[in-house]
Amino acid sequence: MISTIVIVGGGQAGAQAADTLRREGFAGRVLLVCEEPLLPYQRPPLSKKYLSGELAADRLPFRHRPFYDEHRIELKLGARAVSLDPRARRVELAGGEALAYDRLLLCLGAAARRLTCPGAELAGVHYLRSLADVTAIQAAIKAARRVVIIGGGYIGLETAATCRQMGCEVTVLELADRVLNRVAAPVVSQFFEHEHRAKGIEINCNARVIRLEGSDSVQRVMCADGSEIRADVVIVGVGAAANSALASEAGLACENGIIVDEYCRTQDEAIFAAGDCTNHPSPRFGRRVRIESVDNAFEQAKTAALNLLDRNVTHDRVPWFWSDQFDCKLLIAGLAQDFDQQILRGDPASRSFSVCYLKGGELIAVEAINHSKDYMAARKLIAERTHMCPAKISDATLPLKEAV
Amino acid sequence: MPRITFIEPDGFRRVINAPVGITLMEAAMQNGVQGILALCGGACACATCHVYVDAAWLPSLGDKEEMEEGMLECAWEPGENSRLGCQVHITSDMDGLEVTVPQRQGAI
Ligand SMILES: Cc1cc2nc3c(=O)[nH]c(=O)nc-3n(C[C@H](O)[C@H](O)[C@H](O)COP(=O)(O)OP(=O)(O)OC[C@H]3O[C@@H](n4cnc5c(N)ncnc54)[C@H](O)[C@@H]3O)c2cc1C
Ligand code: FES
Repeated sequence: MISTIVIVGGGQAGAQAADTLRREGFAGRVLLVCEEPLLPYQRPPLSKKYLSGELAADRLPFRHRPFYDEHRIELKLGARAVSLDPRARRVELAGGEALAYDRLLLCLGAAARRLTCPGAELAGVHYLRSLADVTAIQAAIKAARRVVIIGGGYIGLETAATCRQMGCEVTVLELADRVLNRVAAPVVSQFFEHEHRAKGIEINCNARVIRLEGSDSVQRVMCADGSEIRADVVIVGVGAAANSALASEAGLACENGIIVDEYCRTQDEAIFAAGDCTNHPSPRFGRRVRIESVDNAFEQAKTAALNLLDRNVTHDRVPWFWSDQFDCKLLIAGLAQDFDQQILRGDPASRSFSVCYLKGGELIAVEAINHSKDYMAARKLIAERTHMCPAKISDATLPLKEAV
Repeated sequence: MPRITFIEPDGFRRVINAPVGITLMEAAMQNGVQGILALCGGACACATCHVYVDAAWLPSLGDKEEMEEGMLECAWEPGENSRLGCQVHITSDMDGLEVTVPQRQGAI
């Protein structure tokens, strides 16, 4: 009999799993343990409307307190799990309290990668993962003019756009030869570089940061080519690493995340994992992936919750993602990996276009800029493994769903 | 506060006193309305806050922007009276509004 389910990590995945367990009629105890002392909340606005002040903090939580009370979800907030004993089926919290479980779900999320160069420990160097991080950034940029963002990925660019809208002078330093280089087509990178520059943001590609300098607080960012950028505040967005130490120290297999199967099961039959912290198979794309997105955290958490109740369902959905920068919305469906064709639809100069990726004629991914129709059509076409006609795809006057 | 009725997928009529200024989606989420997922939190990127609006109320909700229109076109069973809950801001004259939550959310 399963009488107690413990969920460690109260982010997108943890909160969703608790919700699903109750909706599916689980009547036993549900404990949701989270290091952050806050009701589970959404992270995407942190670099967007919450940072700018447009969205108040009380609009970030997924659910308000009465929801958890009504559904008898026991919240243990401000509680960090420090060790796990799979044999005894116990989780130990900082402070010594131990929680016994019949089934355990790990939704540990990911942590911002730290900068390791000299000067990285100076005051004024920030990361952006949690609400507490944003509170610190907001305080710092109130008194600052020059913000240097290290890393031109989604979080770096979103933060750059928001800081610019708040009146800062902003420079983005990107190691690769274009922004968004790991996650979008070159034409999409060019488009966003252009948008940011048009708004007065400085973007330096091929910029290898070697040192941060300053007396008390950071004042200069030094690059390998000898360039020196003045900074009052530095915000680092160089990716995130899965939080898997709790699992690996307990002997569970981890490699770029906690290894799970398509049922979200770890090697231990009583332990499941979901969200940013997992390395999981994608049957559809024929490979293992670790995905950091709201969609993946939600879907995996739902799957895991059902399997905690022995329902035997698999996680195999078409991933999707979005990013907001100024008035541009990037919408992504699928995974643009191992493709053999990349087709542009529409004219980037119109500020509404998309890029379609084919593999053996089948549509596997679409990046749509200010084009919700192509994006929504793509989610359906990719799910149905549709073979497409490249010539018709490039005719932007034809709806994407008819380009078959 | 305007009273808004959400008819959930199983037919249950959930009546909510919704504060003015937030969106229909937020009112639904805060009150745990079944069938509203709102994964993107109102960014107009997920189409999981889809509702059907009682026809009499449609005009008073204002027009859809192009982005919302595009999202709804390939949402699950869109209708003439489809809206994304996150794009509708609650105003004081919405007292009595009724919306129906579809059987499914998202693409396909
Ligand atoms: C600034 C920012 C912007 C983003 N924008 C987007 C976007 O536009 N679109 C999109 O799809 N995705 C976006 N994401 C990604 C998305 O937010 C994540 O993929 C999602 O939050 C993952 O959910 P999760 O539950 O796996 O992890 P998290 O939300 O990170 O939650 C994990 C929780 O577990 C807690 N925890 C970790 N270890 C322990 C422990 N040992 N004991 C107790 N608690 C612990 C953590 O403190 C945290 O609260 C963004 C992320 C960030 C940071
Ligand atoms: S909440 Fe995502 S589209 Fe409305």
